Amino acid sequence: MDRRWLPALAALAVLPWVVPSSYVVHLLVQVLLWSFIYTGWSLMGRFGLVSFGHGAFMGIGAYAVVLLWNFHGLSPWLSIPIGVALAVAVAVLIGYPCFRFGIAGHYFALVTLALTEVVRSVIVALRDTTGGSLGITPNSVLKDGVTWSVQALQFADKRVFFYIALAAWAFGIWVWHRIDKSMMRYAMEAIGSDEQAAASVGVNVTRTKLAITMISAALTALGGALFGQYQQYVNPETVAGIGVSLQIVFAVIAGGMFVRFGPTVGAVFTLLLTEGLRVGIGNKVNALDSTIYGLMLVLFIIYMPTGILGKLAEKLRRARA
Amino acid sequence: MLELSRVSAGYGSFQALFDVSLEVRAGEAVAVIGPNGAGKTTLLRAISKLIEVSAGEIRMEGRSLGDVPAHRIIDLGLSQVPEHRRLFPRLTVEENLRMGAYTAAARPKFAQRLEMVYALFPRMKERRHQMAGTMSGGEQQMCAIGRALMSGPKLLLLDEPSAGLAPVIVQSIFDLVRKIREEGYTVMIVEQNVRQVLKVVDRAYLLEVGRIKLAGSAAELLASAEIQKAYVGL
Ligand SMILES: Nc1ncnc2c1ncn2[C@@H]1O[C@H](COP(=O)(O)OP(=O)(O)OP(=O)(O)O)[C@@H](O)[C@H]1O
Ligand SMILES: [Mg+2]
Repeated sequence: MDRRWLPALAALAVLPWVVPSSYVVHLLVQVLLWSFIYTGWSLMGRFGLVSFGHGAFMGIGAYAVVLLWNFHGLSPWLSIPIGVALAVAVAVLIGYPCFRFGIAGHYFALVTLALTEVVRSVIVALRDTTGGSLGITPNSVLKDGVTWSVQALQFADKRVFFYIALAAWAFGIWVWHRIDKSMMRYAMEAIGSDEQAAASVGVNVTRTKLAITMISAALTALGGALFGQYQQYVNPETVAGIGVSLQIVFAVIAGGMFVRFGPTVGAVFTLLLTEGLRVGIGNKVNALDSTIYGLMLVLFIIYMPTGILGKLAEKLRRARA
Repeated sequence: MLELSRVSAGYGSFQALFDVSLEVRAGEAVAVIGPNGAGKTTLLRAISKLIEVSAGEIRMEGRSLGDVPAHRIIDLGLSQVPEHRRLFPRLTVEENLRMGAYTAAARPKFAQRLEMVYALFPRMKERRHQMAGTMSGGEQQMCAIGRALMSGPKLLLLDEPSAGLAPVIVQSIFDLVRKIREEGYTVMIVEQNVRQVLKVVDRAYLLEVGRIKLAGSAAELLASAEIQKAYVGL
């Protein structure tokens, strides 16, 4: 990324010191981590590879780190790469046959949806190790006056995690940017509009799709691992499962999947929406928030398919022309 | 250069090509003519490995294409301008041309070939930042030919480049084909516009319902009673 972004990053970096409460820092960390995950999803989504499998990749990353820590005392610095590698392996296992045999569109969405459900079921079924649907907490080292541990990636001060989340987010944006400027983007764009024509100019369709899927799964698993580590708690419903997959897709569509900061805008938007709903209607009316979510998704797909930021960019371009 | 011996191919249980044998020699321009549904596009798809042949063999410079996947065909020097052009509509003209030079071998020559294509089609240079999908049919055809030339092919395969274009544009497309020939490319062209295409090629094959019915020099075919009656129309 070029130097122009340094002032913006610096401005973001002082945020935790100027916001009024640690609750706001908490919201910022959430936004950054989800933005990172959403950006990872969009690497595929923008080329028409609509995956409902990212709940699985996120869950694999999150659970791998917590389980390896609790049962083998493995530091997250080692288990995060393992979790990411595991997610990438699963992505290949699912992606290769899909791409090799031309499973695309709705069928690809369904296959990945099934993957998510499989991973969630496995987590629930192995309840003796994973804690089942109750979730699991990583053994904490933050006691007897210890307030932080780099080795355990545990920090009592949320601001530390803010910087980890900020670095992850910036990394995600950088990956997007790099791909956007590479031949891979043209190749994926070509595949998205005409696979045979893409093959005829020399694009290895299967391999290119697989590569982008692996990158996307890796980022999502990393995001999941960091998210679980930040929350110090993982639960099959909050870091894996169809709910998470749907949340990812919704947020990205809302923010705009074809522009670099679209997924980030999606994260801000969904967070404001959730927090707004929580404060506005509280927990009185059960499941009203998911109803509203669903409704908004429908509205977005029909009226604003390029998302908030996509629409804005369009408007700006037209105003300038 | 390109040799087909007794090639059969089709779609599932439907056979579209029967025992097709033909040859294109280096430096030649060869046409395959025939009515709608004759199997002309199928023939080019088989050569490009977009469909498998069920019998027979295709060889490029002596190398059998049997185990070459579709995305490696271009490495053998075979480049095609597909039926209906099939540009990448959401990429700009220049990005489409860039995709034409996608292979590792072609990438270092991108800038140089881009100049060459722009010299051949000044119109493409004007339009280089336009989305390919928003251009007129004739412009899209030029872009598709340009894209195919970007790989520096030994043999250029053209599938009905004149289809769906206004007569003046058709004329300019054939002029282009002639120009490309003069640049030294070997060309195989599939066409229904028999009268026009026979003016620019050396030899031609007549394909009917999946079988080669006639073969010979352009002049011979043009003079044959069968072609005169059915295709040129007097
Ligand atoms: N994808 C396909 N699946 C099944 N049959 C096909 C397919 N494509 C072509 N065919 C059939 O194969 C036969 C040959 O088609 P092909 O497209 O090769 O003809 P063509 O000579 O190119 O015709 P045109 O001049 O109209 O382009 C036709 O009968 C057609 O219906
Ligand atoms: Mg055809």
